[in-house]
Amino acid sequence: MGKRVLLIEDEPNIIEAISFILSRDGWTVHTHEDGTTAMDKVLGFPPDMIILDVMLPGRSGFDILRDLRGNDTTKDLPVMMLTARGQEKDRELALRLGANHFMTKPFSNSEVRDFVRDLIGA
Amino acid sequence: MPAQQLAGSRIREKRLDRGLKQAVVAEIVGISPSYLNLIEHNRRRIGGKILADIARALDVDASLLIDGVDAALLDEMRHAAALLGPDVEVEKAEECAARYPGWSALIATQSRRITALQTQVQALSDRMTHDPALAAALHEVISTVSAIRSSSSILVGPEHLDDDWQRRFHHNIHDDSLRLAESSEALISYLQAPEAQSDTAMSAFEQMESWLAQSGFHLPALEKGGADTGAFVKASGLTGASAALLKAHAEVYAEDAVALPLAKFEKACRAHAYDPAAIAQHFFQPLPRVLRRLACLPPEAGHPPMALAVCDAAGVLTFVKPVPGFSMPRAGGACPLWPLFLALNRPGQPIRLEVALPGVNASHALCYAVATVRDATHFDVPPAVQSIMLVVPDPETNLGAPQPVGVACRICPRSDCASRREPAVSGVSVQTAL
Repeated sequence: MGKRVLLIEDEPNIIEAISFILSRDGWTVHTHEDGTTAMDKVLGFPPDMIILDVMLPGRSGFDILRDLRGNDTTKDLPVMMLTARGQEKDRELALRLGANHFMTKPFSNSEVRDFVRDLIGA
Repeated sequence: MPAQQLAGSRIREKRLDRGLKQAVVAEIVGISPSYLNLIEHNRRRIGGKILADIARALDVDASLLIDGVDAALLDEMRHAAALLGPDVEVEKAEECAARYPGWSALIATQSRRITALQTQVQALSDRMTHDPALAAALHEVISTVSAIRSSSSILVGPEHLDDDWQRRFHHNIHDDSLRLAESSEALISYLQAPEAQSDTAMSAFEQMESWLAQSGFHLPALEKGGADTGAFVKASGLTGASAALLKAHAEVYAEDAVALPLAKFEKACRAHAYDPAAIAQHFFQPLPRVLRRLACLPPEAGHPPMALAVCDAAGVLTFVKPVPGFSMPRAGGACPLWPLFLALNRPGQPIRLEVALPGVNASHALCYAVATVRDATHFDVPPAVQSIMLVVPDPETNLGAPQPVGVACRICPRSDCASRREPAVSGVSVQTAL
């Protein structure tokens, strides 16, 4: 079984597309759509990396990232932020909070796949 | 003092600007230094050959010495120079305005336009950055485009896709295309909403003030009791924020008109020589109301022109009624020495002060200012402080040495001002106070 990727994203067809791409590449993909309960999901299902949308229902991806970095269990977990907010200040904030990568929508499938390989690939 | 009598002051200013001693200029012109001194202090009328010779000695146009230039126009030109940077010959502004009044007015108009457009750009930028509705609409579009791009890339990729997955992604793309059409239409509708279409070349305040200026700030429709301010605003044609501001202005105006009926008020004004304190005591009405009413007298009724400015506790100008040819404090960097702002430090204490703008065409004005705390009826709520100032240009009264004020630091030539917050544009004379 491949390493586990948790995709926290609320757009169903993006979830399906990314899940398909990464599954086909050998990763085990789990998904979660709600910002409020995202940390519970992460702690209950420790993944090898997280793809994290910024604008989520209930709680922003930035807040979730802040919690991830403040938790001993998840502080070193690779996180790729995925967002429609492509402003420089958002990128800076994400990197300052400890994101490993920041990708703006619309993205290319190969870009997502390549970064996942870079972050947790053998 | 009539403009022609100020020719001596202009000669003095030009001579000092050029760093020439009286004796030197007198010798060039062929008159005694003491006679030139009398001319410079406006104690001798001047014209003809001597005027032409002095103008030649000072390298200025004689008409500039006689007629002077509209001080407000000069301030506008200096403001334009401040906008464009340090390479403008600011010291030539007066000469330029005298020789080329049409071009100078164009510069002033363009400067105002640039400032208005900058305000518009800032407002649009704020809107793009902070408007949650727009952010949500754009997010929806980008998210849908992302889904379409990702799904279609899978379909056209080189790897084999079985029929079920193909159907699924085709279906997803179809759904997303419908969503994209809807969200795009919603976005276009939003951007074409009346609020976005309004004439934002001016700020909402400027739109309201521009509309009020058409009637000289006097509003006959609101003079009678029971005026329908809603209908009044609707008839104005203003929309959005400017309409909301006009509504607030109209309601205050209507209340003032009921408390100080026009016919009685005009009569009292003339009887008390337009003294706000005397008029306030006459009617037992608060000073701010009297100041507002004085500024809104019918322009064709022979009353002296009076300007009005209102600001909030942060010193932000929330209303300005100008009078032609007189420079009022400029929004976004006004001179802090105006009584309008001094009054903020002494709420409730009326201030009467004569002020002088810089330059040889110095306009004097008598200012009546008072700051008040509005709606102080609740505990533990920050008070809403508002300052109001009535400005009477060229007053006949003499209260002694006037308070030097400016329009804004960037265009103010005063060199010894402790309240300066930023340097003036280069080239502005610092000797005019000599």
